[in-house]
Amino acid sequence: MQPIHTSDRWLRFVAKPMLFMACLVPFALLVQGVLDGDLGANPLERVTDVTGQWGLRFLLLTLAVTPLRRLTGWNRLLRFRRMLGLFVFFYISLHFLTWVWLDQELNWGNITADIAKRPFVTVGFTAWLLLLSLAATSTRGMMRRLGRNWQRLHRAVYAVGVLGVLHYIWLVKADLLQPLIYTGVLALLLLVRWRPRLFHGALSLGRPINVR
Amino acid sequence: MLIKKPADIRPSEITDPVAYAGRRAFLQAAAALGVGMVAGPAAALVKVPGKGEAMAGLVDTPYGDELELTGYEHVTGYNNFYEFGTGKDDPARNAHTLQTRPWSIVVDGECEAPGEIGIEDILKAFPQEERIYRLRCVEAWAMVVPWVGFPLGSLLGRFKPTSKANYVAFETLVDPQQMPGQRRAVLDWPYREGLRMDEAMHPLTILATGLYGELLPNQNGAPLRLVVPWKYGFKSIKSIVRISFSQTLPETTWWKLAPHEYGFYANVNPGVDHPRWSQARHRLIGEGLFSSKHSTQMFNGYADEVADLYRGMDLAKFY
Repeated sequence: MQPIHTSDRWLRFVAKPMLFMACLVPFALLVQGVLDGDLGANPLERVTDVTGQWGLRFLLLTLAVTPLRRLTGWNRLLRFRRMLGLFVFFYISLHFLTWVWLDQELNWGNITADIAKRPFVTVGFTAWLLLLSLAATSTRGMMRRLGRNWQRLHRAVYAVGVLGVLHYIWLVKADLLQPLIYTGVLALLLLVRWRPRLFHGALSLGRPINVR
Repeated sequence: MLIKKPADIRPSEITDPVAYAGRRAFLQAAAALGVGMVAGPAAALVKVPGKGEAMAGLVDTPYGDELELTGYEHVTGYNNFYEFGTGKDDPARNAHTLQTRPWSIVVDGECEAPGEIGIEDILKAFPQEERIYRLRCVEAWAMVVPWVGFPLGSLLGRFKPTSKANYVAFETLVDPQQMPGQRRAVLDWPYREGLRMDEAMHPLTILATGLYGELLPNQNGAPLRLVVPWKYGFKSIKSIVRISFSQTLPETTWWKLAPHEYGFYANVNPGVDHPRWSQARHRLIGEGLFSSKHSTQMFNGYADEVADLYRGMDLAKFY
């Protein structure tokens, strides 16, 4: 058995399942909170906040995969990217479902009116629609079928990032610290991609390094 | 716009004090017989949770007797008080640094007898009443709180406002040492609020010194806060150090920060949405995740008492 195979196997049967379980931890804690009735004074607000925040965190993690790969030279990191991306979709879908079902109480008239007239809702809903299209085309089959267009479509993840932080900035009442932290991290991740020269010297990020 | 939806309590339905006393006597007799009063509407004074300093000699009132109280842990654990942080649980965690004794309130502006009054004098001078009020936050959640306090009007009268006193302005303490949230310019400190004179003199408007029969916990705005039950919660300014009579409309914190979202009046109104969410319904704090929302009432259910204050005003414009 060659070492590369061992590594592949380790990736498939150990690392990936472990990451999968880790990504489910916030969801599991939420479910436990619901079952224990232990989500604080305003459970709806808590669920909305937790699912939205984890959606954004997974989005930033997904966007960090490529820069990290370049930084560490560990190309296999790429193999985790789809899973992380699908967890963005998972948490943001929960976030959306919470709003539609528990906040708006399935009042479709109000839901469509809110999407149309409240910019922060419009932006959030658009981001979810984009995520839906990315999740739907995330399979190997779709990748093959779409060819070059697949990559074009999946660049929409940057738009999701921008819409996501905008959604957060627009919804807070006064204290912008938290959404601005997300915005800062997103800006950094986009800069690393689009202006890698800025980071030359400090980090050798200009091009992929194949150490293996 | 005036929504002609009757409030759930009409003045005629409020129990006559004599009948009320009779009911109390009956209930006390019933209690003596060992008949429990579990989870019923407040019959007499609310049971003291034993977490703070109990207040003696409270006057019972019929306000809100029919309402079911929000749990003490939520009333004191879920607060908007940015002086101690912007998270809802920050005030309960951080407000222990507030020194509420000694404490005095400066009263100045358009009045004949400006001056200063200490919190101990306030507690002695004004009979402290228990009043159960609904509290509706602009964020579309609500509570029912058993306040202890006294009508704001009785304090204001002592300082002899002049005919030029059209408004009353309030200010919260500024001290970043005691109020760690003030170390960042999240809001334009000090927190400021204001009322029109007739709103300030209205019998429903109180200064609260306590809740659940005990002195006000710091996170709820100790030692003295405003409570205006027909307005969104942000009008009910906490930890007051200054009250000023003014001829002109005072600048208020949220209104200055986002005038298209928060008006000076801020009357609870299900027909006028916040630009980012509907105000038609609200969630009651303490209910579960899957419980449904409640319809918000005009003036938070106090329309019979206060609607006259706004007769002829376009409440969609003066929101």
